[in-house]
This record gives sequence, structure tokens and C-alpha cells, in this order.
Amino acid sequence: MKYMSEYRDPELAKKYLEEIKNTVSRPWSIMEVCGGQTHSLVKNGIIEMLPDKVTMIHGPGCPVCVTPLNLIDKAVYLAVEKGVILCSFGDMLRVPGSQKSLLEAKAEGADVRILYSPLEAVKIAEDNPHKEVVFFAVGFETTAPANALSVVHAHRRGVKNYSILASHVLVPPAIKAVIDDEESKIDGFLAAGHVCTIMGNTEYHPLSAAYKVPIVVTGFEPLDVLQGILMVIRQLEQSKSEVENQYARIVREEGNPDAQKVIDEVFEVRNQMWRGIGEIPESGYAVREKYADFDATKKYNVTIEEAPENPDCISGQIMKGIKKPFECSQFGKTCKPTNPLGAPMVSSEGACAAYYHFSGLVEA
Amino acid sequence: MSENKKIRMQLQCPMPKLDFDVITLGHGSGGVLTNKLLDSGVFDLLSNDILDERHDGAFLELHGKTAFSTDSFLVSPIFFPGGNIGELAVNGTVNDLAMCGANPKYLSLSFIIEEGLPVKEFWDILVAVKFACQKAGVQIVTGDTKVVEKGKGDKIFVNTSGVGPIHPKAKISAKNIAVGDKIIISGNVASHGMAIMSVREGLEFDSEIQSDTTNLNHTILSLIEQFGENIHLLTDPTRGGVATVLKEIAQSSEIGIDLFQKDFPMDEQVASACELLGLDPLYVANEGLFLAFVSESEADSVLATLHEDENGKNARIIGTVVAEHPKQVIMESAIGGKRVISMLPGEQLPRIC
Ligand code: SF4
Repeated sequence: MKYMSEYRDPELAKKYLEEIKNTVSRPWSIMEVCGGQTHSLVKNGIIEMLPDKVTMIHGPGCPVCVTPLNLIDKAVYLAVEKGVILCSFGDMLRVPGSQKSLLEAKAEGADVRILYSPLEAVKIAEDNPHKEVVFFAVGFETTAPANALSVVHAHRRGVKNYSILASHVLVPPAIKAVIDDEESKIDGFLAAGHVCTIMGNTEYHPLSAAYKVPIVVTGFEPLDVLQGILMVIRQLEQSKSEVENQYARIVREEGNPDAQKVIDEVFEVRNQMWRGIGEIPESGYAVREKYADFDATKKYNVTIEEAPENPDCISGQIMKGIKKPFECSQFGKTCKPTNPLGAPMVSSEGACAAYYHFSGLVEA
Repeated sequence: MSENKKIRMQLQCPMPKLDFDVITLGHGSGGVLTNKLLDSGVFDLLSNDILDERHDGAFLELHGKTAFSTDSFLVSPIFFPGGNIGELAVNGTVNDLAMCGANPKYLSLSFIIEEGLPVKEFWDILVAVKFACQKAGVQIVTGDTKVVEKGKGDKIFVNTSGVGPIHPKAKISAKNIAVGDKIIISGNVASHGMAIMSVREGLEFDSEIQSDTTNLNHTILSLIEQFGENIHLLTDPTRGGVATVLKEIAQSSEIGIDLFQKDFPMDEQVASACELLGLDPLYVANEGLFLAFVSESEADSVLATLHEDENGKNARIIGTVVAEHPKQVIMESAIGGKRVISMLPGEQLPRIC
């Protein structure tokens, strides 16, 4: 706790803010890639505290938000029609599919369970040998090691009724896709600290060099975020474009080699659909052929037609930082956390929901 | 955990000798088995003059303005660090009455039991009910038991209703809230919700977090006795947590509320657990906690009085009623930024990372 309060010290926060104000000489747009950072920014009221010249742009950093609609439909189908025990992390349950969400499927009687660890799903499979258990494996590089481990674990123990529906998204290719988008004008990035804990910083060096953008690996506490912002601004003001590590207390340059090894054992990189954005090359994980028996996509071979997204939802532009949530005509009107039209309004990490909850723009 | 063990030990009232180990459908039939279950010790355990009449309803004598409240309790798991569903059910209704400024007197107690519940667990729950009643000074005067088929319930559901006369000095109403009122919180936030989480299947993290379930009636009544109409409103932030309750009050009484995050009392372990799961402690459920809107002039005295009380030793002033931004609750974050507090749209689900 002391550990946490240190990163919430109001005096230090003031100092960072002062320094940001003194450093910035012209307008800059900085994207925080990770939903956790968006959350920290809005929850702590940081956006309003920053000088006008600094614009924070909320990136595609919520893995729940970018999980393809079609995959949610598949998960719902497996739970409802195939009668599998469908397990996932909590916030995945509320995301609307084209017909319904997993939470709605659960209310209608499907066996949908909220878990906190995929290893728990393997245990459920062992306890229910006559049922099929599917873990909806969503997340960034951060959750990938545990999801991969569950497959290795199930394989070792000879569990035949367990598989994962994988929808992993990778951060560096997403940053690249955002920079490549002509409409988005972003000067610097806060990279997600927890992702780098696993993967290290090495992937960011070529990106930063090729596109001449500062990338600062940043944590989630308010002071982390403030310091990260300051580090990006300092680089920008000095026309530098380097990879820096604000989160050095946790992130090592090479990441966590053990975690990388288990990811590599089970997954291979593939092109991945991002909801609201489209396909990004080499931005996701697929289960390797070796573990095909644990790959729900192959095991059930479900084909479900791609359903159209709600045409009024501009979530793609939101997640690429081209527009802000309140620039969406539906924001807070037809689209609310209780009735989300698009994914960013669902998870508390999503940019639209974060704005809705904390900025008070739509409050009475 | 030691504290928890102590509580569980206390509950080891000798279990009656029974020729059945689990509750079956027959125990809810109203026939022989029902009587056997109730006569196995239930009446003895909860015995009092009114209940001992064993009539369909209870004969009560109540004088003056009376508060009446009811609540159903469904909690999973039914045993958790710091308590079980039995005391939760007693304390919940006792506290609801106390929040009205009432002196809780009589409670009804109804069970909906899922077939297969071990009698041992039922007994532990009953014993917890007894102790909670003793502590709060209330009596169970009527009750009911039904049994549902396996799979149609979640072990056991408990409903309690209660009545109690309003304290003559109590003037509790949202209408009395005035600009300048201080908002006092009686203790640490989020303990109950996180205690439940810590033993939820699939989560089970090592912690010593205990539910804060307790009866607040004695604490509240002595505050009312002492400060009378200076206590403008009392409320217990159970489901939905502190944030939801305050937002409700702000909206319905059209007042503005300013909160200060740095003043929120919270146990370190609870704070870390919330952080770990990505839960906002402001929205996590509490049980033995209350919020009081108190006139500005008396706020410090109320606080000092509370600090003398076991239920209020961590009490703090967390906010103020303001004329600006009616209907809005605005919290100043620990680092000085401002954020608007809204209601929880649904169940708070742990975040993915
Ligand atoms: S506010 Fe709703 S409709 Fe608009 S972009 Fe966000 S999710 Fe889509």
C-alpha cells in the first residue's frame, strides 16, 4: 500500500504538472495506448489538470473492446447451442454480440462463468469430464502467458474437454497501425507498462526509430502517467524520438523470458481483426498446430456470418484517436454503459465508458 | 484469519442430535419432517415469549411512530471471513431500521433452503442469527421455512423483516440536508465486498480481509440521543457502495456533494485487493458502515463521539454538501484532480488486466 500511495503523492503530482507546464511550448498530442492508463487519467482527473497544449488521445488499448463481434457471437453460440461451459474474464461478459452478450446468454440459462484465471477453467474441465469447457482467452500480451500455460497444463494432464477461444491482441503492431493511419496525428506514445513486463521494450526501438516518435513505457498510477507524459513532452520539445522506460521499477528491457517461452510454445503470431479498426497484420496470437486439440476455433469449426456493426458507432475513429467520445452523436444519448452501442462503452477500460463514468459530460 | 477462526469457534453451539444430515424437500412440506426440523432446536435456540406462542403470526405491542423494513439475503459463499448469511440477515434489517432513526425490536426470519444443505450449516447459520439478535437486542418473533429442489436455489436464501419505534429525537429526512452539511463515514470502506471476493470460487486470494457486518443500532441511537435533529440523514452504503448511495441522494434531493478521496478510510489489504482486481472501492459493498449527513456546527462533535465507539473508531469526514453543481457528486482525487461520481451501471466486474 505504501507502494501505491507513493505513486499518488499530491505534492509530487503538482511538481510534475508544473514541470509539464514549463516544458511544453506548443501543442502536442500524446496517445496512451492502454485502457488502464485511460482509466487512470480520467479517474484521477488528470486530463483537466494538464495544460491546454497537451492533448491526450485514448488508444485502442482495451482488449475487451477490440475483440471481434464475430468471435463474441461464436462464444455465445458455443455456450447456448453447443452447451459448453464457457468461461471468461468478468468484463468480457457484458460486451454486446450481434444478438446478445454472454451475460444475457447466462441469464437465459447458458453455463457462463466468470473466472480470474484460465487455470481455474482447466480445473472445471477436470471436475466436469462429461462437459466441454471453453475459455474465452482475451487480452494483450499480459494475459497470454497464463492462457498459454492453461493449454500446456491441460495437455500434460491429458484433459481432453478443454479448449480456448483465443482473441489475443498485440500492442506494438497496433501502435504501428495507428501511426500509419493518415488521419491520426499523434506525436508520442505512452506504451503499456504491464505488456512490457512480459515482452520487454525491444519491439519498440525499431518503431520509434522508423517513425521518429517518442515511446515511453509507462505504468498506471497517477504519478506514473504524469511522469510518462512529461518524458514524452521533453523528448518532443528536444526533437528526440527514443524509447524510454518510466516503469523501470517493474519493466526490464528484455521482459520476462520464461513468460515469453510459454507464449511461444503455444501461440504463433497471426493477422488479427480488431473490432472497430479492422485487420492489423501480425497483431494477434493463434494456437499452434501442435495444440490444435485445444483450439476451440478448430475443435468446433463454427461458422457464423459476420454481422454488421452499428452504423452510428464511430468506435474505430475513437480508438485510433481521430475523434473523442463526446464527438460521437450517440455518446450519452442512445449509447450508455447500460445500453452500449459499441465496444468502447462496455468495458470500464473503454474510452467511451471511461469518459461517461468520470468526466461528467452527460450527467444531469 | 485468527479472528475469523475465533468467530467460527464461538458459533459451535452444540448441534442437536438428528437422524438426518441434510435438508430434504420433505423438510419444507409443512408436515412431520418440517416439525421435526423446527423442534430439533430451532425454537429453543431463538426462544422468546412471543415466538414461544408458536402462532401463525406474532402479537406485538408498539407505541408511537414505527419503522418497518424488509430485506432478502443471497450471498455466495454463505460462509465468509467475518461472518455468515445468518448474521448478515439480522444485521442488515436491524441497520435498515436504525438508518430510519428507529430502535429495532422485532424481526421475522424466513429461509428458502436448497435441498441438500447440510443440517450442520443450517445450524451454524441459526446460531449466528441468535448471537446477532442478542448483540442487537432484537427478537425473532415469527418465521417461515421452505425447501426448493436441488438446483433451484443457491444453498440458502434468508429474508428478514423488522419493526421498531422511531426515537423521539430523530428527524431523519433527505429534506433536512442543508448546504454546508458534513458527510461522515463511520469506518473503512469496501471490507465486506472484498471479504466475499477473497473466498469466491476461482478467486480465493490469501488475505485476512474480514466482512464488516455488525449491528449499528446502538451506535446510531446514541448519536440521535445526543445530537437529535443535527443528524439530517443516515444511510448504509451496502450494495453499490458509497458512490452509488451518495449519487442517489444527490440526484433525488438535488444537492451537490464534494468528496475528498484522501479522506476515505480504507484498510491497506482491502485497497491492495481492489487494485489487484481493478475494482473501484467506492462501488464495493459494505455491511457495517453508515454515512451521516450532519449539520456543519456539530460535525466535529459527532466525529469525536463516534471515535469513542467500536463501530466508529475509523470514522472520518469525507465530504461536504455544496450549492454548486446540484445533483452531482464530485470527488477530488488523491492528486488533486476532479472526477464526477456516477452510479454503477450494473454489477461491478473485475477488469481483465
Ligand atoms: S459513444 Fe457509443 S456509439 Fe459512440 S463511439 Fe462510443 S461506443 Fe460507439
